[in-house]
Amino acid sequence: METVKLYGAWPSPFSYRVIWALKLKGIPFEYIEEDLSSKSPQLLQYNPVYEKVPVLVHGGRPICESMVILEYLDEKWPQQPLLPSDPYKRAEARFWVKFGEDRGPSVWMIYRTEGEKQEKARRDALEMLTILEEHGLNGKKKFFGGDNINIVDIAFGGIAHWMGVIEEITGVKLIEDNKFPLLKAWMHNFKEVSFINENLPNREKMVAFFRARRSMILSSA
Amino acid sequence: MEEEGEDVKLLGAWPSPFSYRVLWGLKLKGISFQYEEEDLARKSSALLRYNPVHRKIPVLVHGEKPIAESTVILEYIEEAWPQKNDHPLLPQDPLERAEARFWTKFVEDKNPTFFRYFRSTGVDQEQATEEAKQVLKAIEDYAELQIGKEGKKFFRGGTIGITDLTLGWISWWLKAMEEAVGVKLLMETTDEAEEGPFPNLSRWMKNFREDPVIRDNLPDFDDLVLYFKRLRHNFIATSD
Repeated sequence: METVKLYGAWPSPFSYRVIWALKLKGIPFEYIEEDLSSKSPQLLQYNPVYEKVPVLVHGGRPICESMVILEYLDEKWPQQPLLPSDPYKRAEARFWVKFGEDRGPSVWMIYRTEGEKQEKARRDALEMLTILEEHGLNGKKKFFGGDNINIVDIAFGGIAHWMGVIEEITGVKLIEDNKFPLLKAWMHNFKEVSFINENLPNREKMVAFFRARRSMILSSA
Repeated sequence: MEEEGEDVKLLGAWPSPFSYRVLWGLKLKGISFQYEEEDLARKSSALLRYNPVHRKIPVLVHGEKPIAESTVILEYIEEAWPQKNDHPLLPQDPLERAEARFWTKFVEDKNPTFFRYFRSTGVDQEQATEEAKQVLKAIEDYAELQIGKEGKKFFRGGTIGITDLTLGWISWWLKAMEEAVGVKLLMETTDEAEEGPFPNLSRWMKNFREDPVIRDNLPDFDDLVLYFKRLRHNFIATSD
């Protein structure tokens, strides 16, 4: 069996998407922690277009972009499928994955900005969450994948664990107390699943790291 | 097994490159469909019902079930008609499929850059132009490997695939946009002895435009230029 290596970074939700998928499918892998302030020559060689984590290297061949990696894993290791088998349901799942990829950055923009730019980012993020609540989760069971987690749940994992950290650091509250009941329930259920729960970065560590990094980002803006 | 003439509808709009991606995909795969032109200034209640999240075309409706997002639709087309396998849009090998998806996503993710190039003026325009050129350079580098060194006709190989369909818009719509904006990006040359900054991309664009299915399914270029000129004028007028 060819070796599987994952180049990741502990603060990165994109990195964790791949970890969760590998754990779900029971795929043995070697994890290599990248220092994002000092990227390894291997990472730059494996991902010359973006120079980012995560990168999966299977038998020496790199695959980049977390959601592309997840589709690859599903094809090579069909057990514990990430995507449904029906083409229409697969299209639905891919639609929501793309939605998350396109709109998710608004949450990170709240983190990276202040003032007017941050206010715009907050509005964008709220719109995304509202759509998820009203169209994504409406009529769903426990997860986007039904009774079990699927590729869409994994794609939105950042909301479950990283978004709260951003809210805390910036003081910008997105999930107000009486709002987003479906999303709140989903976040809770998602983090209770064992292979997710056992693979989450430490929250205190995250708050410290992201707080320091935000200062740097804002001072150099 | 699905039959010919079954209920397949494409809701599209003639100026939209996203619309054409799906149209090309359906035609290449030989899937019969009914095309419905949407007036983007007056969206139909059907469109709003089929795509409540984005309210955008294209939407493919298959047996009354809607699918939205052009690249998602292309993957669906590939999977929903397995018997139509004369023209696969994706390679068989998972690693090659990952590469196709990587570049499809890369192209899609750069839409905002070209949108900014199209609608901005002044310093913003200059910045957006620079960014757009960098995007084209990245694609040129990839094209140098695929089209240049490996001698492929398209990114998929000998036939058009999902990456080609997603990128196809630059061979026609971007050129029309250049006319409307008055700032060149592609710098394609008609003189074969002279090479612009994107020679492999230029070669690919020529191959793409000359493919019989593509060539016979493109909006009128002058109409498109006029459309883009009006659209840009509106953007600039309302941005102050």
